[in-house]
Amino acid sequence: MNRYFSITRFLAIIIKEFIQMRRDRVTFGMMVGIPLLQLLLFGFAINSDPKHLPAAVLMNDQGPQARTLLSAIRNSGYYEFVRQVHSEDEAREVLEHGEVQFVVTIPQDFSRDLLRGDKPTLLIEADATDPAATSNAINIMRPLLTTALQNDFKGPLAYLAQNEAPIDLRIHALYNPEAITQYNIVPGLMGVVLTMTMVMITALAITRERERGTMENLLSMPTRPFEVLLGKIIPYMFVGYIQITLILLAAHFLFHVPMIGSLGLLFVAAFVFIAANLAVGITFSTLATNQLQAVQGSFFFFLPSLLLSGFMFPFRGMPQWAQTIGEVLPLTHFLRIVRGVLLKGNTFADISLQLWQIALFALVALFIGVFRYRQTLD
Amino acid sequence: MSEEPAIDVKGMTKHFGTRTVVNKIDLQVRKGEIYGFLGPNGSGKTTFIRMLCGLLKSDEGSGTCLGLDVIKQSEEIKKQVGYMTQRFSFYEDLSIRENLDFVARMYGVKNREEAVNASIKRLGLSGREQQLAGQLSGGWKQRLALAACLIHEPKLLLLDEPTAGVDPKARRDFWEQIHQLAAEGLTFLITTHYMDEAERCHRIAYLAYGDLLTHGTVKEVIESAHLTTWSVKGDDLLKLAGELRGKPGVHQAVAFGSSLHVSGGDAAALKQAIAPYRKDYEWTLISPGLEDVFIHLMDQSKDNFAAA
Repeated sequence: MNRYFSITRFLAIIIKEFIQMRRDRVTFGMMVGIPLLQLLLFGFAINSDPKHLPAAVLMNDQGPQARTLLSAIRNSGYYEFVRQVHSEDEAREVLEHGEVQFVVTIPQDFSRDLLRGDKPTLLIEADATDPAATSNAINIMRPLLTTALQNDFKGPLAYLAQNEAPIDLRIHALYNPEAITQYNIVPGLMGVVLTMTMVMITALAITRERERGTMENLLSMPTRPFEVLLGKIIPYMFVGYIQITLILLAAHFLFHVPMIGSLGLLFVAAFVFIAANLAVGITFSTLATNQLQAVQGSFFFFLPSLLLSGFMFPFRGMPQWAQTIGEVLPLTHFLRIVRGVLLKGNTFADISLQLWQIALFALVALFIGVFRYRQTLD
Repeated sequence: MSEEPAIDVKGMTKHFGTRTVVNKIDLQVRKGEIYGFLGPNGSGKTTFIRMLCGLLKSDEGSGTCLGLDVIKQSEEIKKQVGYMTQRFSFYEDLSIRENLDFVARMYGVKNREEAVNASIKRLGLSGREQQLAGQLSGGWKQRLALAACLIHEPKLLLLDEPTAGVDPKARRDFWEQIHQLAAEGLTFLITTHYMDEAERCHRIAYLAYGDLLTHGTVKEVIESAHLTTWSVKGDDLLKLAGELRGKPGVHQAVAFGSSLHVSGGDAAALKQAIAPYRKDYEWTLISPGLEDVFIHLMDQSKDNFAAA
């Protein structure tokens, strides 16, 4: 045997590592599963050029040119008209709830003014909290307008085609008029940070007891699953609130993110969200047999949360299946709440639906955890 | 010792998959008794204790523990039982006081602070109470574990190899404490591998491969084995042992320090077997010790196990 490097010793280590790898099936599965998951999510779900964005239309003119224009906008592929609104108030409301991304307003006498060459206004209001989601849809409008009415501007109306811009296009990028990405990212980051830390920390909570052998002792004491699980969750709620406070302070002082809505409301909503993540972590903890598996499990949850929640990529740009998965994840709803409260000034009524969905998720996760929690060592 | 037994169970059975780890064990432990549980590794001692305190569900069996139904009332039993695990299972990142305080809260001990203080004092841990449990040596960890098991004033203590890895002095102190507590009325079920500890128990039971092979006082266990044992001294005992093993009448030939213990169940057959070697070695007929009996029992049950 060589004093400095022995092939035999070297081989012994390699063989041992392979044996251990084979024994820990879960870890091996994760090593194969996580890249696969990444591949699927990045490859199929992510789309940085979101199309078919939901839009509402406020039709104050029924003239032929207005209709032509509307169908041209629809045909661009970026706008999907899901509803018609009848007043400006209603338009604001659907935008605030996040029901639609755009409201297209065609003013009264649009067609008449157009024919007269009076340059009627076409108003597009966009929910620009996430600039990435709206920018392409907004950018195509100008070239679209010049081509949309070309067919109409023939024969007797040919004089209009010579006009530079027959329509006055006005775009209101609401909630984030300057399209500052930080306004979108920083509040979102709050949800991401909470998801990552809360899930991972509690995922370790029970596996650590099991690995250190303290579980046996704990189980021999007269205690109930809810006591153990909730008792392990509550301390981390405080940690979660410290994180939220830090992020909000940074958002305000470093990034100057506007805070229009009530911070108190945000803290209440955060309670449900933190609880949901902790419940997920605890559930992973009851499923995993060691700490490594618990960490891998939380990563398996974190990855889709990050990619499918609308944090990194526009939610509405994803295919339907990805949106469906995204709708299940608590982060998706929390992002809407945070952005809604901070940037749009959402009230409790506006966010209650999102909040319920997170609460439901938390309950289901906690019940799986309690169901999986073994009061014996069997 | 009162009339109602602390533990009275019948037919306790546990399977892990197709393996039967504990096989129809009947056990009675009287109040105030120190009951020793012996047997080779993997004989089912720990599993049996875990079934008693509700950590494992028994597949079959019934009975009472402290007058409570061992199957249905395990939550009630837990409140009155102290269980000391084989491996130190308190929180290494908590201090001695914090550990005791945690346990006291878990059991809802009244006058918690007093109880914790008393416990620290009684075990001679005063002055070290702020030390982290993880920094304690094996002997101190064991003391802490025992103190924690006692804090809720249990009526029954289940101790799983409490003295493994503990030095002789600490072991002796430990046993003195056990006897004192037993005199106060506490009942003990203790597993051990040490023969000297077995002899400190009021009664013992011997398990192998899930079966309870024998039980009773040390004297009863030795007598019931009907073993005849010769102690041999001389040169090259190893060679002698090799030659004797397998001869009819010789069940075992085991080295004990500088002598060899040759045992058999049939005194006459054994005498005949050793006759050719009588003149070359120094032979003394001795009364068999616990260890002789246990090795004998273990060998026998191994044969049964292999045959099964």
